[in-house]
Amino acid sequence: MSPPIVQLLDVHKTYQKGPVTVQALRGVSLTFNEGEYVSIMGPSGCGKSTMLNLLGCLDRPTSGQYLLGPDDVSQMDDDALSAVRGARLGFIFQSYNLIQQLTVVENIEIPLYYQDWPEAECREVAVELARLVGLEDRLDHKPFELSGGQQQRVAIARALVNDPLVILADEPTGNLDSTSGAEILEVFDELNALGKTLILVTHDDDVARHSHRTIRLRDGRLESDTRR
Amino acid sequence: MTAATPRLSRLPRRPAVPPRASGFRLTRLRRTVRLGIKSLWLHRLRSMLTALGIVFGVCSVIAMLAIGEGASHEAQEQIKNLGSQNIILRSVKPSEERKVTDKANQSYVLEYGLTTADLKRIKETIPGVTVVVPARVMREYVWNISRQVDCDIIGTVPWYPSMRNHRVAGGRFFTEAEMDERASVCVIGAEMLEKLFPLEPAIGNHVRVGNNYYRVIGVMETRGKATKVEETENVKSSAPNRMFIPLETARIRYGEVLGKQRQGTFEAERVALHEVTVKVATPDQVIPVADAIKNVMERNHKKKDYDMVVPLELLKRAERTKQIFNIVLGSIAAISLLVGGIGIMNIMLASVTERTREIGIRRALGARRRDIIVQFLIETVMLAGAGGLLGVALGVAIPHFVSRFAGMVTIVTFWSPIVAFSISALVGVIFGIYPAIRAAQMDPVEALRHE
Repeated sequence: MSPPIVQLLDVHKTYQKGPVTVQALRGVSLTFNEGEYVSIMGPSGCGKSTMLNLLGCLDRPTSGQYLLGPDDVSQMDDDALSAVRGARLGFIFQSYNLIQQLTVVENIEIPLYYQDWPEAECREVAVELARLVGLEDRLDHKPFELSGGQQQRVAIARALVNDPLVILADEPTGNLDSTSGAEILEVFDELNALGKTLILVTHDDDVARHSHRTIRLRDGRLESDTRR
Repeated sequence: MTAATPRLSRLPRRPAVPPRASGFRLTRLRRTVRLGIKSLWLHRLRSMLTALGIVFGVCSVIAMLAIGEGASHEAQEQIKNLGSQNIILRSVKPSEERKVTDKANQSYVLEYGLTTADLKRIKETIPGVTVVVPARVMREYVWNISRQVDCDIIGTVPWYPSMRNHRVAGGRFFTEAEMDERASVCVIGAEMLEKLFPLEPAIGNHVRVGNNYYRVIGVMETRGKATKVEETENVKSSAPNRMFIPLETARIRYGEVLGKQRQGTFEAERVALHEVTVKVATPDQVIPVADAIKNVMERNHKKKDYDMVVPLELLKRAERTKQIFNIVLGSIAAISLLVGGIGIMNIMLASVTERTREIGIRRALGARRRDIIVQFLIETVMLAGAGGLLGVALGVAIPHFVSRFAGMVTIVTFWSPIVAFSISALVGVIFGIYPAIRAAQMDPVEALRHE
């Protein structure tokens, strides 16, 4: 069995929403191994987003441990978390989240840019990735000149550019028509086949069906963990 | 798989040792600058209008400083021409005296002004006085055959030029010997040279004044415009041309009483000396000597029929005026740059809010807080800096046009553009810090969710 790449140990997350204290996660323990394709599901308010934010190092757990690879990232400071995000994680969002004033290539380069890669190398890798996701003739286009499917492919290229340990996707097909959505999911399948670890948040069963393991959350707790 | 679907045969792998840009994060700085230009360019009109506040601030500072500097330079030059170690006394017609003569006696000879006794007293009783230059001024027409020039004829002593920083351009000034023998020689101003002697050489030729002929022995250098300080005193009607003759010659030619024919009435004045220039040995003695002269004069003149000009005092006053002017300018500059800075801050705050999403994305992709701060700060500084540069360009150009079209002297000192530009950049930093920190403090999760 491949080594564990993500380990959550009794993770709690509470936050203040006005006067109310929300217990978003109440003791979640999970292990993902390298090369897994996992989908996280559950009704809204179950803690999916909180879970994804924690996994993405955008937030820290209130208590519990989060091991990403060999490192405990649950107690890292802001700068260290930024470095972890830039070097080890890839993000794919529902609304693509491309920067509008930058071109396709420039968008793909961003994670390398914050790791101080030399420009020539950044450009080389970014162009290569744009080619891999089928956008080699759109390199200097701005995001608004692309279709939704194309934009999401730019986002995928951007998520791959730093060769991340884990790729996190938040409803990646949510804004796409079914054809484009299916294309994106095929890309995901291919990525997984190449050994990439994918964690996908969705509430679409058809999307979840592509994954090999589905985790259901309810009220901040693990409800089920099924492998296919 | 459709044709449009990519074929992911191989993915780039992280190199064991990731390549790093060398140097002092220059790559990143260059990129940040490029990115800033892009973001500013995206909102060209807004950026331009924002920078305009700084443009006007910087431009007005430089232009006003240049005009002020020019004006004070001109004043100081004029004062220096009078000689900073000199004290100048002039005869002034007392105003109440004139009324009496007008009403009572038309043939009354008006007597006023400096006397030879004053001259003697100053020369002999006041320590520190080294040279005293008396002068008489007569306004007459000077002729060369049929050419005529309205002229101030100044009867004075041979050392007048060195005292008043007025040099002889050609020929020579008259000598003491010539003054003693009351020679009919004259030195003419360069301004009247062309009018009187357009063709023949002036030196050696003669000019006629009334019934007397004078041999021209020298030409004085041009003095530019008649000095303003002199004009403001008494001699408002001072002719633009000046001719110098020995004082003793003037005395025998004109006597003590000067007649003037004015609009039908005849006016006679008895003025011994029109002007006395006192030279003091050292500059720090000027003020005490001036006070002493004032005392002597007050004791001996019942009416104030004289006027005293101390160039050094004028110089000091001019410097004080300039200081005040600079303080006022500084305040105006500070206020206008403050307003410009607030404008920039306002826009940057709006921009931060507008770009919340972008900030969230960048944070998610590995940007640290300080990367975000640097990004926004650089944008603000570029905005202010561009405004500053444009302001410097305008601020240097405007005085140039003012000089050309309004005929004012303007001086753009080398430091004023540098200072104005640095301040504008500083304004960018000061007013950029807060919006940048606001941007960096955003929670990435919230920022990503922002619509």
